[in-house]
Amino acid sequence: MSVLILVEHDNEEVKASTLNTVTAACEVSDDLHALVIGFNCNAVVSAACNIDGVSKVIKCDSEAYQYGLAENVAPVVKDLAESYSHVFAPASTFGKNLMPRVAAMLDVQQVSDISEILSEDTFVRPIYAGNALATVRSTDSVKLITVRTTAFDAASEEGGAAPIEEITSTGDVGLSNFVRHDLTRSERPELTTASIVISGGRGMQSGENFNMLERVADKLGAAVGASRAAVDAGYVPNDYQVGQTGKVVAPDLYIAVGISGAIQHLAGMKDSKVIVAINKDEEAPIFQVADFGWVADLFNAVPELEAALD
Amino acid sequence: MKVVVPVKRVIDANIKVRVKADRSGVELNNVKMAMNPFCEIAVEESIRMKESGAAEEIVVVAAGPQQSQETIRTALAMGADRGILIQTDVPLEPLAVSKLLKSVIEREGPGLVVMGKQAVDNDNNQTGQMLSAKLNWSLGTFVSKIEIKDDSFEVVREVDGGLETVSLSKPSVITVDLRLNEPRYASLPNIMKARRKPIETLTPDELGVDVTPRIEVVEVNEPPNRQAGIKVSSAAELIEKLRDEAKVLA
Repeated sequence: MSVLILVEHDNEEVKASTLNTVTAACEVSDDLHALVIGFNCNAVVSAACNIDGVSKVIKCDSEAYQYGLAENVAPVVKDLAESYSHVFAPASTFGKNLMPRVAAMLDVQQVSDISEILSEDTFVRPIYAGNALATVRSTDSVKLITVRTTAFDAASEEGGAAPIEEITSTGDVGLSNFVRHDLTRSERPELTTASIVISGGRGMQSGENFNMLERVADKLGAAVGASRAAVDAGYVPNDYQVGQTGKVVAPDLYIAVGISGAIQHLAGMKDSKVIVAINKDEEAPIFQVADFGWVADLFNAVPELEAALD
Repeated sequence: MKVVVPVKRVIDANIKVRVKADRSGVELNNVKMAMNPFCEIAVEESIRMKESGAAEEIVVVAAGPQQSQETIRTALAMGADRGILIQTDVPLEPLAVSKLLKSVIEREGPGLVVMGKQAVDNDNNQTGQMLSAKLNWSLGTFVSKIEIKDDSFEVVREVDGGLETVSLSKPSVITVDLRLNEPRYASLPNIMKARRKPIETLTPDELGVDVTPRIEVVEVNEPPNRQAGIKVSSAAELIEKLRDEAKVLA
């Protein structure tokens, strides 16, 4: 059977989350169809054709899809889904927003945020903030799956030469309108794909103090993240949040600065290869998961770290 | 405008869960239960709408075992007006919950459903999206700001790249994120008053909804445990360890 992959993109480029999703889908089928729903999205379609493992790209291009509104996009996926054994999407805000709407239209119980594929119908997914791992078997005839991207390697962006099939738009259903984006601009690597992440917590005390972390991040080529406490306090924007309900990261190196280590934060970073914790409270739970703990005042430790990296 | 707020009873978010010895699930006996934190934010938002005059009535709906009444009572004590419990001991999946909610909502006819973006037990993040599809209503997910306009809701969504503002035609299903508000604590007089607020009990059969699970839980396991490592006492020592032992720095 063929499987369908929902391509996450911004009409200009394919988001990295799609590449991890392709790798997951490859485990159940070698006939992968990538669905690009967008507006003036030829660059995305070309890039999708090149992804290693993709055997066909389906393009649905209409102004109704410019901003990826779930109300408009879901009917396109729904119409296609029944000819596939599985539909895969990344468990990013794109996939989380869209996939359950499709699932309900198909009367299918979606399987969210899988971290492992055991067979074509059996999957492992973290529950309770990752404090338990459930092995679940789907009995629905079409399986709708969102993929924890950090649990699967990225497929190669080269090597494919998939043909393109165009399908017609299902139009604007007229339920919602895009108003504006306020996207965070950064020259640093993206949080979910960076190989090094340095995150700050409540201990940072202010947004200005995050500049210290940014200077270290720039020396390491790292992304900057934050705990919920730092986001709630307004030190940094919401898209910095690492945790159960924010972003899940699993870099080679995660440096937690001034973060106590609530279970909700650990849920978003404990699959990192190496964890470093810098905190002045030696009882902080973050030290229980850290490979290297440094009990120190971050306002001394972070500048010292920056200087030592020269 | 009437507002419907679905709420869920879950293990208190501050408690570390334990996997049962027979690996059939997570231990729920003798564990402190509470309202899902995202549901609290939804209840709070509905109360603020009532306080501002934008909402007339707040109906809280829970689906689950009889004890879910306590969760409804908590919402009533915060300021909701009445409750509906859809009582069943069958473990409910998001698809089933969306069907139960749909049938209640068609009867109630609210202008808005506001609910948590996910429950912190199964972390599915599905029910609101599914409900919006079942009702064929507009959908705003992961919302950190709601502005009520004449014929729409303008909402700010927390997305991976930052923030996105969309305009949703009424009626709408809105799922809420952490930054929307800070929920209030119920005062003692309001807790007392909530005891007299009505809660209607229904069953999935009465609503004509088949809640048979579609997903079989094969087993539930503990995740691999990370061990605490070693302590360092200087930046130089840390960098040396990361380079030479962990080999994560070049």
